[in-house]
Order: sequence, then C-alpha cells, then structure tokens
Amino acid sequence: MTYLRWLAALVAVVVALVVQVSLFPHVSWHGIVPNLCLLVVVAAALTVEAPFALLLGFAAGLVLDLAPPADHVAGRWALALTVAAFLAARVRQDVRPTALAVVGTVAAASFVATSLFALSGVLLSDPAMSVAGLLEVVLVAVVWDVLLTPFVLPPLMKLFSRLGPQWATP
Amino acid sequence: MGAFGGHDGRERRWRGLDRLESGNRPPRSLLVALVLASVTLITLDVSGSGASPLEPARRVVGEALGPAESAAAAAVRPFTSVPAWFRSKGDLSDQVRELEATNAELRGQVELAGFDRNRLEQYDGLTAAAADLGSALVPARVVALGSRQSQSFTVTIDAGSRAGVGPDMTVVNNDGLVGRVLRVTRSTATVLLIIDPDSTVGGRVGSSMEIGFVNGSGSLDQDSALDLRLVDDASVPARDDTVVTWGSTTGPYAPGVPIGTITEVYSSLREASQRAVVKPFVDFSALDVVGVMVPSGAPSDRAIVEADGSLR
Repeated sequence: MTYLRWLAALVAVVVALVVQVSLFPHVSWHGIVPNLCLLVVVAAALTVEAPFALLLGFAAGLVLDLAPPADHVAGRWALALTVAAFLAARVRQDVRPTALAVVGTVAAASFVATSLFALSGVLLSDPAMSVAGLLEVVLVAVVWDVLLTPFVLPPLMKLFSRLGPQWATP
Repeated sequence: MGAFGGHDGRERRWRGLDRLESGNRPPRSLLVALVLASVTLITLDVSGSGASPLEPARRVVGEALGPAESAAAAAVRPFTSVPAWFRSKGDLSDQVRELEATNAELRGQVELAGFDRNRLEQYDGLTAAAADLGSALVPARVVALGSRQSQSFTVTIDAGSRAGVGPDMTVVNNDGLVGRVLRVTRSTATVLLIIDPDSTVGGRVGSSMEIGFVNGSGSLDQDSALDLRLVDDASVPARDDTVVTWGSTTGPYAPGVPIGTITEVYSSLREASQRAVVKPFVDFSALDVVGVMVPSGAPSDRAIVEADGSLR
C-alpha cells in the first residue's frame, strides 16, 4: 500500500511539474503560474500521515529544483515545500477537513512556500530582486493556487485517502 | 484505590488518544532533517567552484523529464495557437483587402493560407537570420518556461546534444538575440534568456561602435527589459540606436546579433556612467520558434538552416 501511495504521489508530482512548465506558461499572469507541485504536497499533507507528506514535500521540491527550465540554486524549493508540508500537516485532523479549511491551508502553504523561496533568493542573492517585485509574485501566486484548489485538491485527496485510509469514518 | 484505578483508567484512555493523535503531529525531527538536507543541497550548489556537484543530478532529471515536457508542449500547441490563428486572420484580412485592389488571383491564395501561416513566416525569418549571421542554425521550439516564482528567466527547447546543441551556444529567433544555452540533455536544452537578472551580454551601440554590457532587468515588461552600461563613461548613447552583440565566435554570444533599441538614457552622477534602457527586439512573452547557432556543417538529428539559407 505504501509503495503504491509513493508511486501515485510521485506520478502526481511529475504530471504537476510538466503541466506547470509546459501548459500554464500560456495562461500565466506576468510569468507567474500556479504551483501545482505545492498543491500535490498540500493534498498529501491534508490526507495522509505527516512523515509521508514531509518526505513528499522534499521530493517535489527537489524535482522543481532540478527539472530542466530551473536554473536557481538547488535545494531552495525543497526547503520551501518541506516547510509548507509541515505547516499543512499541522492542520490535518482526524476527520475530513472542510472546504474552507482546505482553501485556507492552500493559501497559507502557498504564501509560506513562495515567500521562503523568495527570501532564500534574497539571502543568496540568486538573483537580486526588488521587494516590491517579490511581493507581487507572492500574492499573485497565492491567488493562482487558491483558484486552482477546487479543481486539483479534491481528486488528489480522494486518491491519497483511498490509497491509505486515515480518517475515521464520520 | 478504586477511585485511583478509575483515574488511572481515564489517564490511560487519554494516553491512548494521544497515541492516536501522534500519527497526526508532524515529527519535528524529520522536519529538521529535511530542512538540513535542503540547506546542504543549497550549500553544495552555491559553493561548488566551477561545475556544481549537482550538475549530474540535473542532467539525469532533465533526461527523464525533457521528453515529457516536449510531449506536453506538443499536445498543448494546437490549443495555444488558436488565438494566434485569430490574430493572423485579422492580419490576413487586411492583407486581403490590399490585394483585392491589385490582384484578384492572389486573394484566393491568401484566403487559403491557413493555420500555419504564422509558423511559416517564423521559419522564413529564421532562414533570413541564418544568412545575416553567417552560421548554421538548429531550429527548435520552446517547450517549457520557468515560472516567475522561481525567479529565473529560463526556457527549455526541444533540441539537445543529439541535434548538435552544446552549452554556451547562442540562441536567436527571427527578431534578434534570445539567450544562450546553459546545459543540454540528449533531447532538450535549457536556455538562459537575456532578460534574466543574472544574464550579462557584451553589447555594442550600432552607430558609435561603443561597447558596454547589457544586463537583464528581471521583468517581462517589454519596454524596460534590458539595461545597457557603456564602458566609456564619456559617450552618451543616442535614443533609438540599435544595440548588437560583440564577442567572439567561440564565446557564449556570437558577434553582430541584434539585441534591441535604446529607449531611455539616464546618467548616474554617483557612478559617473551612462545607463540606457534597451527594448529587446524579441518578445519574450511569446517565444516559440528559436534557432541555436552551431558551427556550419555540424552533425544534427534534424534539418539545420545553413548560412546561405539552404536547409540541410
């Protein structure tokens, strides 16, 4: 079951990454696209146990860091998504989260992950960006992620919970 | 005793609930371990002098995901080209109106020209570009774009080492300079766009032949995408002057590739130098067909555009 869940999660991450870099640039707002990998990680964190979600966050971040168009210092997305997974896993309850809780978690995780990534860029000056530009990027990214939540999160959460039932049946 | 026993029982129940919840509570130790792993990766990548130790990992991931990105881009292309089709229909109808006045026969042909007309023009433009630049071009298409969240302006193109593309080669399209190749896999290559804040291109002002450095400003805004600083502080670049690359045929950027036109000139008193804003010829928000400059006669898995405009 765990192997199956890992397989499903990694396939979801790869599909999310490919769609994120190949499809969404065509509809991006000033180059800002929804972070689908983050949505996969949040879905896992809200559904299955925390260690799995943390490891998945790290793995998804690593893929984002290394897959072709990326040229930033590797490890930055891994750091950001691990922390986002940790925060999202804290929200998880024993029962299915409400829609509002899911949207709120996505918004918070998106804000934290994108900000962490931006801050690590400022620290490493890789590349140096203005704070106003960073704020715009972070806020638009949050809006994008929240907009996509109703379409992406429910099927993913259903998938993860089927592969590893965690919730008490209400 | 009995009361104590009951108390114990209750405590046990609470402990039981705690244990149930502990699967819930994210383990701090794992978080710390993973954060430290990330920091280690960052340190490895930053401090690796010369080639980063993560370069092989990037290559492996690239080999695996490059074909998937190419396939996804190919699947998406028919849908994304629909607006372009409507745009070019508008252009076409203008053209048709002109032609109606002069040649009724041509009108029919123009009306028949369909979906791929824009594409064809771009390939035509590439042939012209190869003739201008005097080197062979490997045609390629953009299959993936880096997001603004990742803060770097890079794209993936669907030509790699099998097509004869290698690191540090110049990438152009029919309008001008696009960027340079950072790294290649067998079937894809990552290109650093000249609007990336980390990108520096040697530039030469067309009219005065003064040399300087063109830096990306890190914005997709077409009018302020590039900054030019001249080496000679005394010379003032003129507005509407064209900036082309200077460099060697072996270096990252081939000489004489058009970069953009100067739109604004600022003189900075503090640094006692001139800063000019350059508007690139290339529209980076609508990149599609590009050409990678390779030595003439290089082996390739596809037809490459030779210097005289012939396909080989």
